[in-house]
Amino acid sequence: MGMLLEIKNLSTHFHTDFGVIKAVDRVDLSIDEGDTLGVVGESGCGKTVLALSIMRLIPSPPGKIVSGNVFFNGVDLLSLDSAEMRKIRGKDISMVFQEPMTSLNPVLRIGDQITEIIALHLGLGQKEAMARAMEMLSLVGMPSPGTAIRNYPHQMSGGMRQRVMIAMALCCGPKLMLADEPTTALDVTIQAQILELIGRLKHDIGTSVILITHDLGVIAEAAEHVAVMYTGQIVEYASVENLFATPLHPYTVGLMESIPKMDAPWGRDVHLKVIPGAVPSLDDLPKGCTFQDRCAHKMQICREEEPQLKEYMPKHRVHCWLYEK
Amino acid sequence: MTMILVDIQGIKKYYGARAELLAKEQASVKAVDGVSLQVYSGETLGLVGESGCGKSTLARLIMRLDLPTAGRIFFEGEDIFKLSGKDLKGYRRKVQIIFQDPYASLNPRRTAGSTIGEPLLINQMYDREGRALETARIMDIVGLTKEQKDRYPHEFSGGQRQRIGIARAIILKPQLIVADEPVSALDVSIQAQILNLLKELQKEFNLTYIFISHDLSVVRHVSDRIAVMHFGRIVELAENRELYEHPLHPYTVELLSAVPAPDPGRKKERVIREREIAGATNGQGKCPFHPRCPVRVEVCEKDEPELIDRGGGHFVACHGGA
Ligand SMILES: Nc1ncnc2c1ncn2[C@@H]1O[C@H](COP(=O)(O)OP(=O)(O)OP(=O)(O)O)[C@@H](O)[C@H]1O
Ligand SMILES: Nc1ncnc2c1ncn2[C@@H]1O[C@H](COP(=O)(O)OP(=O)(O)OP(=O)(O)O)[C@@H](O)[C@H]1O
Ligand code: SF4
Ligand code: SF4
Ligand SMILES: [Mg+2]
Ligand SMILES: [Mg+2]
Repeated sequence: MGMLLEIKNLSTHFHTDFGVIKAVDRVDLSIDEGDTLGVVGESGCGKTVLALSIMRLIPSPPGKIVSGNVFFNGVDLLSLDSAEMRKIRGKDISMVFQEPMTSLNPVLRIGDQITEIIALHLGLGQKEAMARAMEMLSLVGMPSPGTAIRNYPHQMSGGMRQRVMIAMALCCGPKLMLADEPTTALDVTIQAQILELIGRLKHDIGTSVILITHDLGVIAEAAEHVAVMYTGQIVEYASVENLFATPLHPYTVGLMESIPKMDAPWGRDVHLKVIPGAVPSLDDLPKGCTFQDRCAHKMQICREEEPQLKEYMPKHRVHCWLYEK
Repeated sequence: MTMILVDIQGIKKYYGARAELLAKEQASVKAVDGVSLQVYSGETLGLVGESGCGKSTLARLIMRLDLPTAGRIFFEGEDIFKLSGKDLKGYRRKVQIIFQDPYASLNPRRTAGSTIGEPLLINQMYDREGRALETARIMDIVGLTKEQKDRYPHEFSGGQRQRIGIARAIILKPQLIVADEPVSALDVSIQAQILNLLKELQKEFNLTYIFISHDLSVVRHVSDRIAVMHFGRIVELAENRELYEHPLHPYTVELLSAVPAPDPGRKKERVIREREIAGATNGQGKCPFHPRCPVRVEVCEKDEPELIDRGGGHFVACHGGA
């Protein structure tokens, strides 16, 4: 299968009163047609900014894409003018935003919001567009789509709004879907249904998905490849099997150990393992490796020089001095 | 020696027709529909069930933030809906709640220190200096530093904000804490820190928890007993290990099958189905779960199952199995 998206040396910075925040820092990533790439990492590490950079939706000022290329089917999205980008956004590339309430229009009925997109990109008439909207809503497990299309966003529960966002992102059959925490507000049964739906789409129309989540269970279930982010950088990249079987970066290992597992020992005194300390502030990163203050394997060189993201095993890259030969 | 702290007896909460549902669907939502449940002093009772099944409504009733349509709740033998004046104030001190969303539940214009210390002020406890000392002590217990007392919510990370909520909940030394999805919004490394903290606090202060979550692996990690809720009712109740190893209700089995395992080699066969509006089929002389139950038998459409003990404190409301 061919490569659909190739990100090269992408950096996005925010200029604030306190200094420059390197929210995305020299990221290299690629995704094949029909592939699902999971992106995990601690809150504030740049996952959403990475997705917004691909969509060219970085608020500027204060934000700016300062370097890099984002090739989509061979075309650099960063070189397009805004009219060309608008044609792609919502159709070929769509996004499920992390906060559905802030990205839905509060004064428009749900049905009108979905049909607007369908009419714009697929040129369907009102009636056909509404039928398609209903179909999408039932696909995402909305209890009664007929009622839902007449509702305003504030009349729905958080989980329902999230499903509306997913329906909107899927309605034009995108080539690439960026899904930012799409199942966080949903209980396990609806979550399973959404993951199933994304999987089916991938299979039927070859949609590629970038799936951002803090739930490693969701990653294991739905992704083929995984990128682990820390302080704006990719610190590990691997197939999902390799990542779970042999996590390499000390941060990834820490994450895996923090999950409560269904088959772990249980009892009053069983405590979960934690990664000590907290993420350093993005405008005040230490020299060398940014994970050094929380790392049990820290060496002299970690404090002096920044490691590079290098291939350690086939298709398994890591950004850590432990693995430099 | 296990003492009943909270005794919930046949509690119901029906909401009238909601504006958006006015159309035709139904007259009322049976958010909580006849729950009877005992919570023992010092235990952690996990409460699980899908979105809209009535978990938060039950929590609000226990907190006395809402009045029931029917039924009673006793706390240390006293009917909480009959409390007033000084007794009610006392009750509000003894039970506290931790909310899901650390962003929405804190006042953005109050510093962390003033948010945490406020309950002391409301209850006129200590003098100014004493309150400051107590606030500092509690902040230390939950892992916040004294310097952070003058900071505002937006200056904290999600995990730190949740610690502020926890500090505020424990400062009055409550007996019962209702934690309504306390870690759902947090990433796994922060989640682990908070879960460990809750366990340590329980040990130190002999706290009783009602722990609400839709994450079954989190509930498994913290609970002594687990209650499974469906359409406003408890359909299964058992000791932690017993529930996970021998789930009896088909709905519990369905929930367990939907948990995504953090193991790519174990992609699961999941049970998926359509959603109905909560409680619509309750009280019609049949099992409310029967339309989608994979193991239903004839009697399921003729008789509504009751929650009965199948032995060793494993309760289930189901005609099936043995
Ligand atoms: N508009 C903005 N102005 C200034 N800084 C910003 C802005 N948007 C994001 N940032 C900063 O960029 C960094 C990355 O933020 P981002 O939202 O990508 O994090 P995230 O990984 O998605 O976190 P979460 O898991 O909490 O959603 C953060 O430190 C954030 O404070
Ligand atoms: N104030 C209200 N007015 C009308 N209906 C309500 C009200 N509050 C809750 N409901 C309804 O009662 C039912 C139970 O809601 P509740 O918030 O208790 O669910 P929950 O189990 O906590 O769900 P979640 O996991 O999504 O938080 C839902 O169908 C909800 O729509
Ligand atoms: S580079 Fe050094 S400090 Fe950084 S993660 Fe690797 S071993 Fe730890
Ligand atoms: S009572 Fe019957 S329909 Fe209801 S859950 Fe049990 S077996 Fe299924
Ligand atoms: Mg984000
Ligand atoms: Mg709730």
